[in-house]
Amino acid sequence: MELTGAEIVVRSLKDEGVDLVFGYPGGAALHIYDAFYSQEDVRHILVRHEQAATHAADGYARATGKPGVVLVTSGPGVTNTITGIATAYMDSIPMVVLAGQVPTHLIGDDAFQEVDTVGITRPCVKHNFLVRDVKDLATTIKKAFYIANTGRPGPVVVDIPKDVTALRTEYSYPKEIRMRSYAPVSRGHSKQINRAAHLLLAAKRPIIYTGGGIVLSDAARQLTALVDKLDYPCTNTLMGLGGLPSDHPRFLGMLGMHGTYEANMAMYESDVMLAVGVRFDDRVTGDLAKFSPNAKIIHIDIDPASIGKNVRVEVPIVGDATTVLDQLLEAIGSSGTSPNGDALAAWWSQIEEWKGKESLRYDSSDELIKPQFVVQKLHEVTLGDAYVTSDVGQHQMWAAQYYGFNKPRRWINSGGLGTMGFGLPSAMGVQLAHPESSVACVTGEASIMMCIQELSTCKQYGLPIKVVNLNNRYMGMVRQWQEFFYDSRYSHSYMDSLPDFVELASSFGHTGIQIDKPGDVEGALRDAFARKDQLVFLDFITDQSENVYPMISAGAGHNEMVLKPSDSGTKPLERELA
Amino acid sequence: MRRIISILVENEPGALSRIAGLFSARGYNIESLTVAPTEDDSLSRMTIVTHGSEQIIEQITKQLNKLIDVVRLLDLTEGRHIERELLLLKVIATGPDREEIKRLVDIFRGRIIDVDGETYTIELTGPGDKLNAFLDTIPSSGIVEVVRSGVSGIARGERALKI
Repeated sequence: MELTGAEIVVRSLKDEGVDLVFGYPGGAALHIYDAFYSQEDVRHILVRHEQAATHAADGYARATGKPGVVLVTSGPGVTNTITGIATAYMDSIPMVVLAGQVPTHLIGDDAFQEVDTVGITRPCVKHNFLVRDVKDLATTIKKAFYIANTGRPGPVVVDIPKDVTALRTEYSYPKEIRMRSYAPVSRGHSKQINRAAHLLLAAKRPIIYTGGGIVLSDAARQLTALVDKLDYPCTNTLMGLGGLPSDHPRFLGMLGMHGTYEANMAMYESDVMLAVGVRFDDRVTGDLAKFSPNAKIIHIDIDPASIGKNVRVEVPIVGDATTVLDQLLEAIGSSGTSPNGDALAAWWSQIEEWKGKESLRYDSSDELIKPQFVVQKLHEVTLGDAYVTSDVGQHQMWAAQYYGFNKPRRWINSGGLGTMGFGLPSAMGVQLAHPESSVACVTGEASIMMCIQELSTCKQYGLPIKVVNLNNRYMGMVRQWQEFFYDSRYSHSYMDSLPDFVELASSFGHTGIQIDKPGDVEGALRDAFARKDQLVFLDFITDQSENVYPMISAGAGHNEMVLKPSDSGTKPLERELA
Repeated sequence: MRRIISILVENEPGALSRIAGLFSARGYNIESLTVAPTEDDSLSRMTIVTHGSEQIIEQITKQLNKLIDVVRLLDLTEGRHIERELLLLKVIATGPDREEIKRLVDIFRGRIIDVDGETYTIELTGPGDKLNAFLDTIPSSGIVEVVRSGVSGIARGERALKI
């Protein structure tokens, strides 16, 4: 069957099983948009800014495990997607971005709305393509999906010149693709698996440290089985929350800069560490020189380059987390050995002592709304079963610390790049993927302003997202660092001239509620979630002075946590140098 | 530690910028980089000379392997290998220097490939340190132009980089 390039794009998406595309039309993409007009197989969601298209596709991908798909035009259409592509790249999210390009004969001429899309996206994609011949179009799209969604996932850009979308060729979509230069492995090396099992079973102070790789690989079941079998403590990174249920008795909470005392201390004192689907990020490890000084590390990751990048690893295992954990469970089962019970009992009693510090306790108030309290109430009202997206800053840390995620793919945030503006558009992708589920966007008044225009998209598609705005009239995390490290010189961190969010929501056709008393928090949340078919913007006026604790300053070790404001005293912590 | 890494990459537009971009984005050193076609039209061969600790070199090879266009990679310096570089040198050759330079070229087994009344143009191949040693013998005031190709290399014996 002979089709135009534009028709091939749409047919390829259908044959790939894509049900949703997030996009924004423009000159170079008009042939493709015309092909969208006369079909109903692939639904197109019109956003209000291309950045939001990438975040929405990203949220969709995180919530479903399927690649998110974006369609934009050339030039500014592409440059607006960069933040979203980089966000997906840093968190290893599968995404395919289809971009219109000026016609091939104009490429390089500084034509209207021309940018070097392949060049400008290269540092933040897993791979990218420029399609110069319509005959290569279907195969290239197939390759893009294959690369995006296998191995360590990531975004792939396909740049399609306008003339290529007009030309006709015979269409056939490849069922499978093989590439001589790309063949990700999934099974771990059996010798290494046996070494890992042996080392784990000999541990006296073990710790299991897992991250986004567990979520991406859908390995939560295997992780829970491993923790249950060994009775070892487990901590999750920001990206890995929900990998082990937060109410699991062996869960120590999140680790890292704003992790719990018990998680960080257990990391520091451990003698054997099983690290799965993590990359020893600086926000997790703190000062590498002080990182887990006595631990022998087993590192499981699908990306060989992640292993040994920041820390020395005793047992490296390259493979898919699900497959490797299955192999490890089998090796442990057939080893005929069991964990050292006495040592483990002593280790657990040490951990219980650390837990006694209650590092997540905060002072409650009858007067001011504590942001932590709002997140805890959100958990109660949604029975801990909502999809929670967030932006970046204090509210993100509070959501991570206090929501209590019991399932994977429920916590959706920009961990690696730290992108303000991610929360609302990613919530759109999640809500479209799961129309019947509760979706909350926990945000702050500074972050929400970065993609606020998407309230219009939410209205158009009837997305009943609940925006939980923790409004402290500051860029909270910036203010916190300025308080600690810059003698409270609040340089440009104050959000002056904020809009009336209730009026703003209502002008977009949504419901807005402002809450300024702690006693009204739960009622407002219940009211909002009862409105199943409405977006409700909840503007919580929170305590301005609240800070995120506990905290490890950048450059400090896991054993050097500051638990409460009084710990740091009047002496500011070391000025951040990193 | 100096390393010579040979890479077979898909002969696609942009493959070179992916590799150069990787080095600049991650702050790795490139001492030299050469690219040329191979007997297989679909593949190019690159040779990169770089410096770094063992840990950095391991990261460089892993990050290179991660690039989708990289088909195969070999760290030549891990085994016995031959390293060659081409030097083209234009020098002022007048008065007593004219004879002296000719003698030096012979000692280093180079060739004079172009001559005029004022200058010699010299061709010399060999490992980088041989070229350096030769350049050290020429007074810098006499050098008009230095053109070096960057290093090419091949493994000795049966070891080979091919698909």
